[in-house]
Amino acid sequence: MNATTYAWLVLAFPLAGCLVNALGWRLLPPRAAGWIGTAAIALAFVNSIAALVALQDKPASGRELTSSLWTYASAAGLDIKVGILVDPLSVFMILVVTGVSTLIHLYSISYLESDRGYARYFSYLNFFVFSMLLLVLAGNFVLLIVGWAFVGFASYALISYWYRRNTATKAGMKAFVINVIGDIGLVLAAFFIFRELGTFDYLAIFSAAPQQFTTNEGVVVAICLLMLVGAFAKSAQLPLHTWLPDAMEGPTPVSALIHAATMVTAGVYLIARMHPLFLEAPTAADISAFLGLATLIFAATVALAVTDLKRIIAYSTISQIGYMVMGVSIGAYAAGLFHLMSHAFFKALLFMAAGSVIAAMAGTQNIDRMSGFRRALPFTSGLLIVGALALAAFPGTSGFFSKDEILAFAGERGGFYWILAIGGYVGAFLTAVYAFRIVFRVVYGEPCPEARELEQGHQAHAEPQNPLTGEKEDTDVGFPGPVHNIAERARPMAIAMAILGAGALFGGYIQVPGVDHVLDTFLEPTFEDSPLSRIHVPTATAWADLGIGGALSLLGIATAYYVYRVAPQTPERLRRRAHAVYTFLVNKWYFDELYDTLVYRPVIATGRFANAVLERVVVQGIVAATVDAVRGVSVIVRGAQSGFVRAYALLLVGGFAALGLYFLIVSS
Amino acid sequence: MDISWYLVLSALLFAIGAGGVLIRRSPLVILLCLELMLNAGNLALVAFARQHGDQDGQVFALIVMVVAACEVVVGLGLIVAMFRRRLPLNVDEMRDLRG
Amino acid sequence: MVQVAFFAGAIGALAGAIGVIALRNPFYSVLALVVHLVALAGLFLLLYAQFVAAAQVVVYAGAVMVLYVFVAAYVGAVEEPIWEPIPGQRFLAPLLAVALFTELSIAILGTALSGIDTEGPTVPAGFGSPEAIGTLLLERFLIVFEAASMLLLVAAVGAIVLAGRTRSDPRPDLGEEGS
Repeated sequence: MNATTYAWLVLAFPLAGCLVNALGWRLLPPRAAGWIGTAAIALAFVNSIAALVALQDKPASGRELTSSLWTYASAAGLDIKVGILVDPLSVFMILVVTGVSTLIHLYSISYLESDRGYARYFSYLNFFVFSMLLLVLAGNFVLLIVGWAFVGFASYALISYWYRRNTATKAGMKAFVINVIGDIGLVLAAFFIFRELGTFDYLAIFSAAPQQFTTNEGVVVAICLLMLVGAFAKSAQLPLHTWLPDAMEGPTPVSALIHAATMVTAGVYLIARMHPLFLEAPTAADISAFLGLATLIFAATVALAVTDLKRIIAYSTISQIGYMVMGVSIGAYAAGLFHLMSHAFFKALLFMAAGSVIAAMAGTQNIDRMSGFRRALPFTSGLLIVGALALAAFPGTSGFFSKDEILAFAGERGGFYWILAIGGYVGAFLTAVYAFRIVFRVVYGEPCPEARELEQGHQAHAEPQNPLTGEKEDTDVGFPGPVHNIAERARPMAIAMAILGAGALFGGYIQVPGVDHVLDTFLEPTFEDSPLSRIHVPTATAWADLGIGGALSLLGIATAYYVYRVAPQTPERLRRRAHAVYTFLVNKWYFDELYDTLVYRPVIATGRFANAVLERVVVQGIVAATVDAVRGVSVIVRGAQSGFVRAYALLLVGGFAALGLYFLIVSS
Repeated sequence: MDISWYLVLSALLFAIGAGGVLIRRSPLVILLCLELMLNAGNLALVAFARQHGDQDGQVFALIVMVVAACEVVVGLGLIVAMFRRRLPLNVDEMRDLRG
Repeated sequence: MVQVAFFAGAIGALAGAIGVIALRNPFYSVLALVVHLVALAGLFLLLYAQFVAAAQVVVYAGAVMVLYVFVAAYVGAVEEPIWEPIPGQRFLAPLLAVALFTELSIAILGTALSGIDTEGPTVPAGFGSPEAIGTLLLERFLIVFEAASMLLLVAAVGAIVLAGRTRSDPRPDLGEEGS
């Protein structure tokens, strides 16, 4: 079987899993849905590996394979097929997606064990994986947009999974609305491309683009900017990032999968895939890179101030994706995708560990109330530290090699790109600080009451309540189940976390400068048409940059150690002395309030005006006036039906006389 | 006399009958006025028969008389029925057709 | 001579007609109609329609009017109220009748129909006689003749049904009815 067949199977298994769970959950044994879902994704992973092997069997020049199931539309100049493109980039993406998804499905089996909507969860999760795979395997814009929209829906469904929570449904709607804004950008870009190039098919577009467009021609810049709108909405970059922190209302495995490892990387994938177009519009690429830098720094500063554990990790995600966006925009394709992979490992791991800690805390997510879980949760703490080390780019971890490779490339590219490098290093320092903020708060220090309880062997329980607002809930369907599992006691959770931990620690060795460059070689067939991919960082420079990165990481860890362990009153003092700055950061730079004023309120006001004036007065008025007019006429006409026979006879004779008059006149 | 005299007389009688139908309220008198109109028609028919030298018009007039007799029979039966049920013999009181 | 007869008949017919619509007592209206019918029979005679004239007197004035007389006697006088409930009827009815007459007259007098202005062609001797009409009725117009008889039958049955006394009818108390 060839690679495309495997690719179709990769798509088929998650879809089948979703349908089986969705339609047959009443017929299946109660907890089978979880295993079915996990098995589906595991099979997809196996097929991805098979696709990889089959692809590598081909010569390097023949590694762009297309296959289509049927022609969707073939009229009026359109020729759209339901077709996929199997090349190194898409195979890389499906490996990452299916690999991490399998582990997260495994984790979810335990994490959501007592949840009443178990089957629904796994059905949605499988559907999400199917949509994401569709997105990355798509061979033309139409299928891409289909996958894009499906992923948006799956994200909405999973964020509002606990649908009886008001905060969750609001967050789901917010995510969906911003997603739709991105969809509009992407669809408009597709329209422009069709208008200029006459096709939706990737390979045709990529070969036609250099001939059709001159560099930085208005149309191609517009196309790229519109695609950036889509990418930034999906990847939660400035200014369309506000949905991601709120999306933490969903269950923790959902945060791990969608909002760390896979969906938010769709934007990065898009920019990487569309690199031929971005090559024609360097302006758009530069805008993208600088926005990525801005996002990176912004999110890192906010992560220093917020107190909800999951939201710190969420801002960390936004920040790290800023690195990836920056990387693929400036031409460091392999580096950016490498960071995508390692980020998937350590971020998913961080979320999983956070889930375990939150379970131990009986649902509380406030980091200020957590401390000293070192002895109570040894396994979780250990893996939390592993994840934080990778996030902070500690020397030797996967994050170390991937993040600094991007920055090294930025420095190598010259021109004004050194700003990106400097900014990236500043961000790396801040990343290390907040990563170890988490560690030193949660793992070290005096055990908090819940940790003490756990050390005695008894897991803390609390009244079910909304972690954000504190309002009371129950544990029926639509709310989290009553049982919170920790990794120490649930085998599936532990296995998943351990595998990810190994990936976070050792995954970086596939791309050590001067030693090996597995990803570079693997991805070369996709990116060889870009002159930027020929920029190679000399090994010495690369190691120097790695050294700088490692030093900053250690410095950041040391700073965090000082602030949170040695002199624990420092945060409080800083808060008082720089109160304005602190408030600014804790309120997320007031972006939500800004959008509220600029967008939300005017729209609501317009809606109210439309209802009160246009609808009630104009439309209803017209309708009511018409009705009244008709009624009035009918009242007048009804006057003729008096019931008097003589009146009717009068009309009869009168009519006859009139008719006679007419004929007399006519014939004279 | 020219035929036109008879025809004008017939028209006059017809108009008088029509006016009577419209003015009078008693159903009996309305029926009488209807008789006037029918007879005016008969006169016209017979005049035309004379004009053409053809007797078809006279046969027509006979049949009209038959029809008139039937109609009178039914109409008077109605009046008798109304009287029997003590309904007012006034056409204006029968207003059930009112919309 | 013919003119005198014509005018006598015409004036009689007109007088009868006006009497029908103008007299208050319905009994008098019936009598006026009888006068009208007899005058019309005279006019028929002038038009060489002997059989029709005879039928008019015997059937119409003789039988149909007797029916009217009986019903008028049974029903009695009806007081017609002065007030006219239909607005405009008192004014419009005569107006329309006049209009109707005017139009018909214009039509008749201005018509291009041939022979209107003449007395008509010379007719054979038996024109309008009973033999001639009888022959026509039984030869050319046989079906019409039979249909007319059917119609008479239906009408007779219908009249009996209409005027027959039903069980729910209040029995007329002959002694107490106001005279």
